[in-house]
Amino acid sequence: MSRLGRALVTMGGLLLIWQAVVTLGELPPYLLPDPWAVVTRLWRDAGLLLSHAGVTALEIVLGMLLGTLLGSISALALSYSQWVRHWLLPILIASQAIPVFAIAPLLVLWLGYGLASKIAMATLIIYFPVTANFYDGLRHTPHGWLDLARVMAPADRRWAVLRYIVMPAALPALGSGLRVAAAVAPIGAVLGEWVGSSAGLGYLMLHANSRMQIDLLFAALLTLATLAVGLYFTVDAGLKWLLPWHSPNPEDLDID
Amino acid sequence: MTLLPSISTSFTGAMPPLLAVSLRAAWLVYSGLALFNGLDLELAGGSFTCLLGPSGIGKSSLLRLLAGLTSPGVSGELRGGDGQSLTGRVAYMAQQDLLLPWLSVLDNITLGNRLRGEKADQQQALNLLEHVGLADAAFTRPDTLSGGMRQRAALARTLMEDRPVVLMDEPFSGLDALTRLRLQALSAQLLAGRTVLLVTHDPLEALRMGDHILIMNGRPATLSALPDLPGASPRDPGDPAVQDAYRAILRMLGAV
Repeated sequence: MSRLGRALVTMGGLLLIWQAVVTLGELPPYLLPDPWAVVTRLWRDAGLLLSHAGVTALEIVLGMLLGTLLGSISALALSYSQWVRHWLLPILIASQAIPVFAIAPLLVLWLGYGLASKIAMATLIIYFPVTANFYDGLRHTPHGWLDLARVMAPADRRWAVLRYIVMPAALPALGSGLRVAAAVAPIGAVLGEWVGSSAGLGYLMLHANSRMQIDLLFAALLTLATLAVGLYFTVDAGLKWLLPWHSPNPEDLDID
Repeated sequence: MTLLPSISTSFTGAMPPLLAVSLRAAWLVYSGLALFNGLDLELAGGSFTCLLGPSGIGKSSLLRLLAGLTSPGVSGELRGGDGQSLTGRVAYMAQQDLLLPWLSVLDNITLGNRLRGEKADQQQALNLLEHVGLADAAFTRPDTLSGGMRQRAALARTLMEDRPVVLMDEPFSGLDALTRLRLQALSAQLLAGRTVLLVTHDPLEALRMGDHILIMNGRPATLSALPDLPGASPRDPGDPAVQDAYRAILRMLGAV
């Protein structure tokens, strides 16, 4: 059976269990709505859900772009300059001890209830995985390539070696960072929405929860999950397309 | 299967002038143990010298010292035959092909030019690829090539550097026997007129390729020259003179 087929069977099984819990446990709809009620909600409020999903998606995508940009620049600066490494690396690592969640209220206070505070949250939450992964890749260029470069070019061509060998060699590591980022960026955006907002799926969930519209809460949750999974697979497919030489290739070519 | 191309015309207009190499008082300490101490090595301009010895004796370290790839615990006085430094006048070929997987074969060949910020002579690069039988592979990525083809691409890259001194560290040891014999013949033809030092642990390879053969043995290691063989390289491995010398080498290295 194909991967998609197996995934559908598993999901079908989970839906059955869900329905069974609701039916056998005689749970009221304000605690756990049955799957059909959620599907009905998804269908009836599709427009509402999509408009809020659009806001959240925009926050996530902008946060991803900004976080990737800042993280990449930081990693390059760390790998290129001993001074930056010496003075900023300890602070960077220590700063990770502060949970991003704890500064969410501050960000909303400073940047307001609009998009900016959510983009900042998503940026902050992905900054470290991007920086750490890319920096790690930049530090682990295979020795043979560096030896070759040392014989080929004079020592003052460090920038060229970074540009033509070290940086491309670290792109797969940056790719791993981006996959992690794609998985955590939605957390940042939704968290920002929970702390204070007037739009987005996180806002819709809080709003539905306070009005006991649990079916709408579940519908928003499903939309968010779809959005997050879609983002992850888009990033994954994009990376495979951009780094074709790195796609894991199990069979050894034997054409000679 | 790619056949060995026939070499008809000279592929480089002007060869770099012959350059002898002289290394004096080379010294290498590895974890408190002197691998060699006060070692002298002279390479005549335009000669093909093979350095033979058991593994772990320090052959590669000696070659790296000549390539300017010094590491802590290694020193020696290295000069060209003209009394000048060797920096920028050496090309290096390692056991791994060291092709960059994200570049096409052609871009790999011209890597040195790019690292030095020069404009690469594309025509010359294509010409060299034709001489190593890779004209059709110029625009493909290295991961589509077989081991033999990859090492031929590495040979073309080494030749593209157009340096008077070429240092090779067991470049054929990872190849199957037939591919190795073909590549030895090709290298002997294409490297003629340059000062070459080839490190190998295969006595037959040294006998086939070398104008001169040096044996490195003992601890701290010393170099001893073998009597030069008659005839031009690449020699036939079945030649009686080669077979006699082969037995003599095995006796010297204590293998029989």
